[in-house]
Amino acid sequence: MVPLSYYLVLSGILFACGVVGFLIKRNIITIFMSIELMLNGVNLSFVAFAAHWHALAGQVFVFFVMVVAAAEATVGLAIIIAVYRTRETLNVDQVNLLKL
Amino acid sequence: MSVHLVLFLAFAAVALAGAINLLAQTHPINSALSLIAVMAALAGEYLLLGAEFVAALQVIVYAGAVMVLFVFVIMLLNAGVEERTKGSRVAILFGVPGTLLGGVLIAWVLLRHSGTGDVPAGALPGAPATIGPLLFHEFLLPFEITSILILIAIMGAVVLASKPPSAPVPPREGN
Repeated sequence: MVPLSYYLVLSGILFACGVVGFLIKRNIITIFMSIELMLNGVNLSFVAFAAHWHALAGQVFVFFVMVVAAAEATVGLAIIIAVYRTRETLNVDQVNLLKL
Repeated sequence: MSVHLVLFLAFAAVALAGAINLLAQTHPINSALSLIAVMAALAGEYLLLGAEFVAALQVIVYAGAVMVLFVFVIMLLNAGVEERTKGSRVAILFGVPGTLLGGVLIAWVLLRHSGTGDVPAGALPGAPATIGPLLFHEFLLPFEITSILILIAIMGAVVLASKPPSAPVPPREGN
């Protein structure tokens, strides 16, 4: 028996690590990976709450989060490739205009 | 200490070590590998909770497909070690203590006031046979909408990543 709060604390810590990575990283790909880490933390709390309340819908929502994350990763990495093609850098400090 | 708790702590330790290693590494490929470790450990946590279908998806979709995409892009763009800049030092100065404070606060509140009970091992068996009817009856409309979303994502990726047809513009000077 593991208390539900342990799962929630683990998910919160993973989310916090994702936020820290988003803030301190300067490589655009690593920033993107931090976003994925945040999504993973949220998924864990979804599954933990689904088990706690015996609601299978929580696990279905994890499925939807994964699909959206996969689509987001596809488009985001394509944008990264497009940015690199025009700027020839991956450092976000040098990518400060919205236009390509 | 039950076996369940020991397994939970082991997977949690792997996940946390991976997450912190993701922050500590400067080369993107090392960060990607530690993110794969985090995802594999989370799949173990899902198995502990009984969510078999989600655990399988976590390994196949996240640790498999999405991270292969990341590694492909890292190799394609030949991403090197990231350099520290003035902006990143300011971000470390304010971001790390602020987020640590927030994390400790959330953990304290959850541990102290959550008032929620224990979760037994395999609490809610989520085998594909039980997820499937739910997915194709109650959540049929969102399921179909995700297929449209994926179609849009495929087309967007092709459009964004394809080479422009005209002569390429010279790279702008860094500003």
